[in-house]
Amino acid sequence: MKKADFDLVIIGGGPAGLTAGLYAARARLNVILVEKAIPGGQVNTTDWIENYPGFPKGLSGADLVQNITQQTKRFDLNIENNEVISIDCSENVKEVRLSDRTVTTHTIIIATGVSPRKLGIPGEDRFYGKGVSFCATCDGPFYKNRVVAAIGGGNTAVQESLFLTKFAEKVYLIHRRDELRATKILQERAFANNRIEIIWDSIVTSINGGLTNVENITVKNVKTDNTKELRVDGCFIWAGIHPNTGFLGDCVRLDESGFVIADSNMETSVHGIFVAGDVRNTPLRQIVTAVGDAAIAAFSAEHYIANIN
Amino acid sequence: MAANILEVDDGSFDAEVLAADKPVLVDFWAPWCGPCRAIGPVIEDISASFGEQVKFVKFNVDDNPATPAKYGIRSIPTLIFFKQGSVVEQIIGIVAKAKLEEIINKIL
Repeated sequence: MKKADFDLVIIGGGPAGLTAGLYAARARLNVILVEKAIPGGQVNTTDWIENYPGFPKGLSGADLVQNITQQTKRFDLNIENNEVISIDCSENVKEVRLSDRTVTTHTIIIATGVSPRKLGIPGEDRFYGKGVSFCATCDGPFYKNRVVAAIGGGNTAVQESLFLTKFAEKVYLIHRRDELRATKILQERAFANNRIEIIWDSIVTSINGGLTNVENITVKNVKTDNTKELRVDGCFIWAGIHPNTGFLGDCVRLDESGFVIADSNMETSVHGIFVAGDVRNTPLRQIVTAVGDAAIAAFSAEHYIANIN
Repeated sequence: MAANILEVDDGSFDAEVLAADKPVLVDFWAPWCGPCRAIGPVIEDISASFGEQVKFVKFNVDDNPATPAKYGIRSIPTLIFFKQGSVVEQIIGIVAKAKLEEIINKIL
């Protein structure tokens, strides 16, 4: 067998990457996990997790991340703070180009997750960090007794809107359809919360303000084409996600939205490259599904390595 | 908290940050902010290697609203680099250690 620096390189340190690392470290693979920012990924920004089994009262995203990270440390998982620039998958031994060097590996697990999708409307970039936010747990408390807009209709949008009502006196939840996509229990809570006003069938077409802060947003009803301005102090955006796959080039097969396609072993179109978590083409993106993917991906990587030895 | 990170509030900000004799990195944070907790260890790590040249400061925005309002901070974690009392760089959100080191090296 050809030599490689590692048995397995895991790209991304959210719940999927960390779990793959936990399984791989316990399988005594020669493994490295590369995380470009901070372990935990999107979960760091999750206020409260109620549907992860084993925690009857729920727990904060930050606590869950700390727990999983500690657990991986117990089995000496090597986590490196670095960025993957690209990968070369033309040979059996794959190359992973990092910001400062290139490493070779027999297998790769892609666990790079997703990022919030920007709306691409005027004011969005200009007011980022000054009233435009993608993270209620980071910025919600700045809006004590103020008025905010939340854009979206899925689980994240509704859950985070509910969180915002702890601070804001009013939350306009602006959704482009006439019904929410969020799970029913979240819908029930949103409908029952008198600080949330849902604006149906509507999109935000621009975010407006002065030099340093957001003053209002322009809202357009997509059924009537009427537009109006809504006075708000902040605007939270949860209108979809895009997969973090820029470094992959045309290495593995992606679906039409850019998510990585895999079989039931979590193997991609390339032998020895596996995928786990939100970045995968999957019907449900939850922590519990990400860690399930990751266990399978690590198990499959272990088998692949056993077979080439 | 690491010994070389100073806790500053609205009252001591001018003296400790604006009038400091070397560049200052201020980490605006709050106890309720998950990502702030995640970035804390990174700042501690970096303060160990740059502690001589840079002053590292933590600022709790929850207890001290005046300074964050003055700098228009509506999002945390926000890191601001001050040099001789002026803002030279501002980073919003989680940032990798390597990126922070790069910025510090540029400023020094």
